[in-house]
Amino acid sequence: MRSSGIGDRLIALFLLGVLLFSPPALAIFSIDATVSGIPVLYAYLFTAWIGLIALLAFILRSRRAELPETDRTPDGRTPGGGDAS
Amino acid sequence: MMQPWLIVTAAFGYLCLLFAVAYWADKRADAGRSVVASPYIYALSIAVYCTAWTFYGSVGRAATSGADFLPIYLGPTLAAVLWWHVLRKMLRISKNNRITSIADFVASRYGKSHLLGGLVTVVAVIVIMPYIALQLKGVSTSFNVLLRYPDIVMPSAVGRQPIFEDTALYVAVLMAVFAMLYGTRHIDVTERHEGMVAAIAFESTVKLIAFLCLGAFVTFVMFGGFDDIFARAAERPDVKHLFTSVGAGGLGGWVTLTLLSMAAILFLPRQFQVSVVENVDERHLEKAAWLFPLYLVAINVFVVPIAVAGLLTFPPGTVDGDMFVLALPISGQQGWLALIAFIGGLSAATGMVIVETIALSTMVCNDLVMPILLRVRALRLTERGDLTRLLLTIRRCSIVFVLFLGYLYFYFIGGSYALVSIGLLSFAAVAQLAPAIIGGMYWKGGNRIGALGGLTAGFLMWVYTLLLPSFVRSGWLPLSFLSDGPWGIALLRPEALFGLEGLDNLSHALFWSMVANVGLYVGLSLATGQTLTERIQATRFVEIFQQPDAGDRARLWRGSASFEDLFSLVARFIGKQRAEQSFAGYAADHGVDLAKLARADAELVHFTERLLAGAIGAASARVMVASVVKGENVSIDEVMKILDEASQVIEYSRQLEEKSRALEAASAELRAANLRLRELDRLKDDFLATVTHELRTPLTSIRSFSEILHDNPNLPTDQRQEFLAIVIKESERLTRLINQVLDLARIEAGRFDWQISAVDVRELVLEAMAATKQLFRERNVTIQADLPPELPPVHADRDRLMQVVINLLSNAVKFSPAGTGLVNVTIRERNYGLEVRVADNGPGISRENQQIIFEKFRQVGDLMTGKPSGSGLGLAISRRIVEHFGGRIWVESEPGHGATFAFIVPFAAPPSAAAP
Repeated sequence: MRSSGIGDRLIALFLLGVLLFSPPALAIFSIDATVSGIPVLYAYLFTAWIGLIALLAFILRSRRAELPETDRTPDGRTPGGGDAS
Repeated sequence: MMQPWLIVTAAFGYLCLLFAVAYWADKRADAGRSVVASPYIYALSIAVYCTAWTFYGSVGRAATSGADFLPIYLGPTLAAVLWWHVLRKMLRISKNNRITSIADFVASRYGKSHLLGGLVTVVAVIVIMPYIALQLKGVSTSFNVLLRYPDIVMPSAVGRQPIFEDTALYVAVLMAVFAMLYGTRHIDVTERHEGMVAAIAFESTVKLIAFLCLGAFVTFVMFGGFDDIFARAAERPDVKHLFTSVGAGGLGGWVTLTLLSMAAILFLPRQFQVSVVENVDERHLEKAAWLFPLYLVAINVFVVPIAVAGLLTFPPGTVDGDMFVLALPISGQQGWLALIAFIGGLSAATGMVIVETIALSTMVCNDLVMPILLRVRALRLTERGDLTRLLLTIRRCSIVFVLFLGYLYFYFIGGSYALVSIGLLSFAAVAQLAPAIIGGMYWKGGNRIGALGGLTAGFLMWVYTLLLPSFVRSGWLPLSFLSDGPWGIALLRPEALFGLEGLDNLSHALFWSMVANVGLYVGLSLATGQTLTERIQATRFVEIFQQPDAGDRARLWRGSASFEDLFSLVARFIGKQRAEQSFAGYAADHGVDLAKLARADAELVHFTERLLAGAIGAASARVMVASVVKGENVSIDEVMKILDEASQVIEYSRQLEEKSRALEAASAELRAANLRLRELDRLKDDFLATVTHELRTPLTSIRSFSEILHDNPNLPTDQRQEFLAIVIKESERLTRLINQVLDLARIEAGRFDWQISAVDVRELVLEAMAATKQLFRERNVTIQADLPPELPPVHADRDRLMQVVINLLSNAVKFSPAGTGLVNVTIRERNYGLEVRVADNGPGISRENQQIIFEKFRQVGDLMTGKPSGSGLGLAISRRIVEHFGGRIWVESEPGHGATFAFIVPFAAPPSAAAP
């Protein structure tokens, strides 16, 4: 099975990041409580942040393994080009 | 009291160390063993993003409004996720076009426009001014706080100092010296400064370590760990609310900050400098994209604990939150730690100022001063000798100029604002570059007029909604300007424009400036056209990944320039030695001998232009190269015309290609039709031969028996009878054969007289079985029938359908082994008709023969085990009959396991209920 392109995965990760740090998500965690002594809001923000970076590193490192192949692939047609004026 | 000399020595010593690092890296680079060619150094140099603002301001912001110091770092993290798409593209574009600054990038994209480059430069200088002021403020404030150790006195209580005792001035001077030494050591075609990058990476390390040391001390020495700090804070209601607060701007403010910082990490001149211009290898991006966010996490881990500790330690209102980083170690009587914290802040500030001023000086020189100087004919600049000194002087002057502006801003305005607010002012302005750049990278239709209009409008909107209010707060403008609007027009109030209220001033400003910016950019781009240069540049930018490397494109250029002219032109701007190196590299790459090259070809001219673009910017480089390209007086417009013609030719050849593809397809169809025709012709010959042969066999036997009867009148009666019976039988066979041939011909010609009616298939099959009973008995083959009663009638010609069934039955009996043969006849009700199946246990039919047995005279010879088998017309006729009724006939068989012939004929009327 052909795995999805790294570009698509990064876009998906970006959307996940937008979701994690979006106001509604924050509103959920803006509560007066602590997780092992740390206020929930901060615990959430830092956990989500580090998790996002870990996923990012994982995606980018997985690319290294398949580098010779993907390097030749153009990064995909850029959207929105040449359809105006 | 901490001795001033100690602080000054420490600061000075630190700066000397910085010089040493830069010097060492430059020497290594000259020796060809670069230290900065590593993704780690690259990531650390990008961390120049964290300035004194991060170092002091984050804590201040966390202490006043809670978690909203974080979006400034979450934004870049989100942006880093997209680096692989966006920054990689910027990198590739910049390398291919030798772009050396953000202004150059914009100018180059929109047709190498001087005007646009100049505009971006002016905007950048104005908006970065407060940001530099912020750094100076951070350093001078921290110096003054540290100076009063062990007392904690806020500098605001001290009042303004006379200008020559102002530490900020000396800091500014020192930074200018460093920037000049390492940013403008020589003019380089790539504008890369390895020494500077090494120094920045070193500084990023220092500020991180300093902040972590301080955070660890506050958290684990002054307090008993994270939970202790938070537990104690929970008892203080005035501190506790910070734990659930996402900032003064609320959630909308949070989004604004995230967006602004996403734009900042890509478009701040210093970020462009370190992440694009100073990039050594595109692949470093992959590692830096997650290392840099990790750095951000590390430097933010202790922000909240320090802020809370500060609030718990000092009585409310005595110590400025921005200075907690220093005040906490001072209150803990830790002089050395305070010094380390001071060095960390100094490090953050110097790093930012150095890179920013170098980036701005490149912009001011290449996109503002040089284009003007080149245009002033009185200076005859295009004819002068060595210009490297001039370029360097311009850059050094611009560094001093930029720093001086920053200092002025600090001196007159800086005192009235918190660190973070000043920084955000710059961020909001830098975001104005986003539409022109992002649009330019992904939308070919964006043009120069749109970019100019959008940028101007966005910038003016920023001035009106953010900068002027900041002047009001500094007392330069009357307060009524804010509260009542200019000339008392309430609708024009800068912070509630057109009645938009309820947003924090940053979101408000971002909204209006983006409405103006994006609106004009898109609107004007759509309303006006592009020149050819713009079109070419737009394609080169947007489709950068679809293009081969910069040098490989074929170029049309009728003009001519002598190599010597080009060489001396380059030498004047980057020095003789470097020019020689560059051209020698070009000669080696392209395998040409420069000594023999009298006339430069198009590619060399283009190479020269790119070389110059690195030193003086794309727009100026084009003017300079045009000045030495002589001969046929080729104007740029003419070249563009040639290019346009070329693109028409390309379009024409594309159309030709398409046509030839269509032709090819048509001829392939013809070939196939021809093949089919030849096959049919062959079949016709076969048909005639077979028919003739089939006719001859019975004729021959009839003739020979007739002859016997004729020649021997005395034959015994019973023998005579026997011979006559054979003659009759053969005649019948002959008749049948001729009938079949005629039938087939009539069916094919569509002249067959069909008697269509509703037919009871069960009765028909029973009748056919009765008719062939004799055959089965002769060959001793068993026949079984599974015929369900009560079947709906089908739509067919009874006699013809009978012919089909008899044909199938006689075939089955023919191919069944004598004695053990078994033929099964079944009828099944299907969706739209009845399916009749005749299965035998004969030798079966191979897959490739299953299709052809339905063709005329195609008898499957190899499986017939030597037995003659009729005319070979039976199945062909059967197929035509069944198909005429709207059904179909087919065979299912595995060689060795018998064959099943089946056909379906549709019902007489549509079935009343949906059949299973």
